[in-house]
Amino acid sequence: MHELSIITNLFELLEEKAVEQKANKIVHVKLQVGLLSGAVPDLLKTSFDIYKKDTMAAEAVLEIEEVPLKYQCQDCKTEMVKDDYIILCEKCGSTNLKAVAGTDMFLLKMDIEI
Amino acid sequence: MIKKEIQVKADLLGSNKAVAATIREKLSQRGILTLNLISSPGAGKTSLLESLASRIRPEHEMAVIEGDIETERDAERIRAQGIPAWQIKTGGACHLEAKMIGKLFPEIPSELDFLFIENVGNLVCPASFDLGEHIRCVLLSSPEGDDKPKKYPKVFTTSDCLLITKADLVPLLPFDIERAKKEALEINPALQTFVISSLTGSGLDEFVEFLKISLQNLRQKYA
Ligand SMILES: Nc1nc2c(ncn2[C@@H]2O[C@H](COP(=O)(O)OP(=O)(O)OP(=O)(O)O)[C@@H](O)[C@H]2O)c(=O)[nH]1
Ligand SMILES: [Mg+2]
Ligand SMILES: [Zn+2]
Repeated sequence: MHELSIITNLFELLEEKAVEQKANKIVHVKLQVGLLSGAVPDLLKTSFDIYKKDTMAAEAVLEIEEVPLKYQCQDCKTEMVKDDYIILCEKCGSTNLKAVAGTDMFLLKMDIEI
Repeated sequence: MIKKEIQVKADLLGSNKAVAATIREKLSQRGILTLNLISSPGAGKTSLLESLASRIRPEHEMAVIEGDIETERDAERIRAQGIPAWQIKTGGACHLEAKMIGKLFPEIPSELDFLFIENVGNLVCPASFDLGEHIRCVLLSSPEGDDKPKKYPKVFTTSDCLLITKADLVPLLPFDIERAKKEALEINPALQTFVISSLTGSGLDEFVEFLKISLQNLRQKYA
């Protein structure tokens, strides 16, 4: 359950941006969460709702866009979406694949009131 | 009142990654090969470190950072081998983060060869946190079963090295070493795999050889 520590980082980012923008309130937060990010979207939402109390985001809604795991074959350059995590190019059989999406988590955007 | 939409696109683990990169750079400059050991509770991380002590010394110097939720027990086990060890007590947190290593950094002697970080026993959470290590090792003990790699893909895809531990128990168990390796290599073909027993010492020489070669490579790169 490391989602709470990820949400702690999220709030550091949110507060930094809110101060920059002179915001009074954060009303909406959108994240992108990769299939292989290591975090569970539902647990992120629960952690967000616990953490947001008594912050500028107390009434904010967290939206999560789940990002599929995408690899690019380094030999034939084909891109492919995978849900079985298997490193094998569907086209040329190479195992020289690089993850190009779905391994990280991003704060994409936030809606504020000034 | 004005409503405004702010586009950000910031990595949620960006601050951890930045601290980890700084730590890795300093360790590389000093020529200290650093490993992050990750496994479920009881897979044999501390036992491995205990049995490495006599194989690494006196030729090389090693030290250990122990991460646990509570107690000094693992650090004490390492110190009993005459190896310097620091205990990080996370007080509930299920993983180590780079800033915890950063705090200890001033205490780490600069004439070391190997620094081992034993993460909190957990096969899920530690996988998301870079600690500034050069080599990430996942340990899978034979009693856990050979089907684990695809059930816990994050840790197996982010590791450099797989240690199948408690090999001495394999004859007693329905554990298929080849199946475990195949599962792991399918999701991470670059994994270096070793089959070891800290109890009998089998496979440890190969692993120590790998550590020494990795140390040489690091020092050549940063010479
Ligand atoms: N048979 C056998 N038992 C082992 C081996 N390595 C460790 N053990 C036993 O497994 C148990 C757990 O070992 P530890 O080294 O404490 O495991 P750990 O991964 O450090 O545990 P945590 O730090 O609590 O996550 C102990 O009872 C060890 O004696 C091995 O190679 N063979
Ligand atoms: Mg231990
Ligand atoms: Zn291909």
